[in-house]
Amino acid sequence: MVTLDDLKGTETAWCPGCGNFGILQSFKRAAVDLGLEPSRMLMVSGIGQAGKFPHYTMCNTFNGLHGRTLPVATAARLANHEMLTIAEAGDGDCYGEGGNHFMHAMRRNIDVNMFVHDNQVYGLTKGQASPTSDLGMKTKINPGGVTAEPLDPVALAVAMDCSFVARGYAGDQDQLVELMKAAINHKGFALLDILQPCVSFNKVNTYAWFKQRCYHLEDSYDPADRLKAFERALEFGDRIPTGVLYTNERATYEETVPTLAGGPLIRQTMEPVDLEKAVALFY
Amino acid sequence: MIRVCGAAGQGIQTIGATLARVFARSGFYVFSYQDYESRVRGGHNFYEIRFSDRLVSAPRGGIDLLIALDRETLDVDAPELLEGGIGVYDSKALDTTMDDDRYVDVPFNDIAQEQAGSRLMANTVASGAALGMLGMPGDVIGKVVEATLGRKGSDVVEKNRKEGLAGHTYAKEHCPKCAFTVLPAGKERLLIAGNEAVGFAAMASGVKFYAAYPMTPSTGIITYLAGKAADHGIVVEQAEDEISAINMALGASFMGVRSMTGTSGGGFALMVEGISLAGMTETPVVIVLGQRPGPATGLPTRTEQADLLFALFAAHGEFPRLLFAPGNPEQIFSCVNRAFDLAEKYQVPAIVLTDQLLADAEWSLDGIDLDSFVYNDYRVRGDAYAALPEYKRHALTETGVSPLAVPGDATHVVVTDSDEHSEEGHIIEDAATRKRMVEKRMMKKMPLIRGEMVQPELFGADEPDTVLCGWGSNWGVLREVTDRLNGNGKRVAMLHFSELYPFPEYEGRPWMEALRNAKKTVCIENNATGRFAYLFRAETGFVFSSNVGGYDGRPFNARDLERELSNGHLG
Repeated sequence: MVTLDDLKGTETAWCPGCGNFGILQSFKRAAVDLGLEPSRMLMVSGIGQAGKFPHYTMCNTFNGLHGRTLPVATAARLANHEMLTIAEAGDGDCYGEGGNHFMHAMRRNIDVNMFVHDNQVYGLTKGQASPTSDLGMKTKINPGGVTAEPLDPVALAVAMDCSFVARGYAGDQDQLVELMKAAINHKGFALLDILQPCVSFNKVNTYAWFKQRCYHLEDSYDPADRLKAFERALEFGDRIPTGVLYTNERATYEETVPTLAGGPLIRQTMEPVDLEKAVALFY
Repeated sequence: MIRVCGAAGQGIQTIGATLARVFARSGFYVFSYQDYESRVRGGHNFYEIRFSDRLVSAPRGGIDLLIALDRETLDVDAPELLEGGIGVYDSKALDTTMDDDRYVDVPFNDIAQEQAGSRLMANTVASGAALGMLGMPGDVIGKVVEATLGRKGSDVVEKNRKEGLAGHTYAKEHCPKCAFTVLPAGKERLLIAGNEAVGFAAMASGVKFYAAYPMTPSTGIITYLAGKAADHGIVVEQAEDEISAINMALGASFMGVRSMTGTSGGGFALMVEGISLAGMTETPVVIVLGQRPGPATGLPTRTEQADLLFALFAAHGEFPRLLFAPGNPEQIFSCVNRAFDLAEKYQVPAIVLTDQLLADAEWSLDGIDLDSFVYNDYRVRGDAYAALPEYKRHALTETGVSPLAVPGDATHVVVTDSDEHSEEGHIIEDAATRKRMVEKRMMKKMPLIRGEMVQPELFGADEPDTVLCGWGSNWGVLREVTDRLNGNGKRVAMLHFSELYPFPEYEGRPWMEALRNAKKTVCIENNATGRFAYLFRAETGFVFSSNVGGYDGRPFNARDLERELSNGHLG
């Protein structure tokens, strides 16, 4: 049995009141509920405040480069598809620097859980606009306000036919725990975009701002309906729906690789095999 | 030397590959290389094949048998036809007649039409004609057609065999001047291309994961490995870009399998941050850099050796790396194998430099000695990992090398970080830990790695007046020029480096003495500014008496290089 104590990490370096605390606490609760052994899971993180996440819990960790969580996580799954793999990144990391990888991970449908800590601002570099910053947000670099349209990650994911698309909110832990569990239990690539206030640099999208707007998708909502999902995914303004927006069941990438049919790559013979056969083909 | 010339899409590759295979099967030494443009159809390209009863390993210059499939050949390549050489062409197809008795008109298209009712197999007719003119027996055509086209069914094989034989017969009957004397065949040899050799060597070294984005001239590696993936338990992934490719290679390696990526200069530039990540996280990875002329897109399908210092210095920060530069198939086997072995042993990135010449060239070999490949599994797996009382991914040790565990094989966790980290792999900021970690990664490992490096090859005259120095793909041309010059009464030795960095130990070594005692020393490289000469001087303080550079995108050939060296470079 896994307890919260088993998931204790190193001391956090986040600002007091940071939305990341709610995400971390939700993750630990989800891990306890699902009985996730630290050694049976891998967290791949990038750079930014979200990149530090795995250090604050207990798990196999590859804290790599900015924007590159998904290539590492994808290959980790191809090497060992029995290892639960979670990628942790911020909005700048996943949707900016790593945008290309994000699209292709959805295409592949690799069984990776992508948790994006979406605070609509760059925290670690102190307050620049991110790909999801609202139009008009003023920063030191954008004194006249942001003029590029914000990227809508969940609408993009539905458009890409991503096999699991959900939106959560760091201030609503009870729902976030359930969304994390649903993402982890889903077979295939799962995007969980987590709205997160940045108490230091985002003076617009605050706890109060989200509290006023976020609401749960109704019980009757059918996440299998792609067109409806697209409609709800576009809803981001006075009202913001949270919950599982879209799911589709299809083969994971791991299931389509013939080499992996016999089990994880890591469990196969590591030594070179059948070389004589390969030599014969050169004659 | 045979040169098959024509436009892309005309099948010069089919003809060239068929002939090269025939000669290797017949027991000759074979060397072939390709010159092509960055286009799928049209342009002017050639496939050059040398075969001999003695080792051939480089372009030679001068054509003995010219197979012309387009008119441009008769302008561009014809001047290189040697005295006593023969050109073969189809006057009807080229709509021109050569007023030169060295040229034989063979109606490839008509013969193909006549035999199979289609011009599609005119290539096979041309291959057959070439073999006929060389006085090679006709039965070898059937065997090669069977080997190369067997999977397309017996009908295709039979038609091609007939076409080949018809070309063979026609050429024999219509080329009274064909005076080639082909020596009797020897023991059957295999034929291997540079990229295939890289892929095979990776397999023989236990590669389990290969990720790459297609880029000439390295694409042949992923093509080869993709064809072998299912049979040999390898996962091959076409990444969305080179940044992804190297990060994938690192992800798979972190999880416990041997992994590799390959690219050319432009893609390598994108990988640079990933190389630094390998250095910081001490994750073993092998990177093949198939060089081509830059800067930027440069000459995409041609050859150059200008990326040596780029490969040496690519990435921010300080960490050890290995640089290899093989120059023939045996060196490819050895360098790729050692790259895997040492990358894992010391948990560092290893870079193997090839180039278009080496990647596309083919060589005949007597065989492949599978016992020459080393396989040591340096990772801590399964029970061995589970038996550890605790685990620290970056534990400080005497050698700087920490146990490399496989995540998931025990209840411990494996933690690493691109930030500076503690022994446990967690982010740190303090000066003392930072200092210890730099010393662990750099100062402790580096001398040990240097001690592993293989010495350069010194070949040729004892106490030479001239030493010709080179690296990587120039092995073949250096070897041939050295033999030619020594045959002409010179005292020449060649010095070839296939392991470049950490720079091999040199004090008191015979090759360093040979350099110091020679009247003339020449560094020969396919670049404009002498990148290796620069590294050599930085490491040893030694300055070559002259440099010969090639930067037109074409490989050196033995004849031209000999001529150039004789022009004041020799002692």
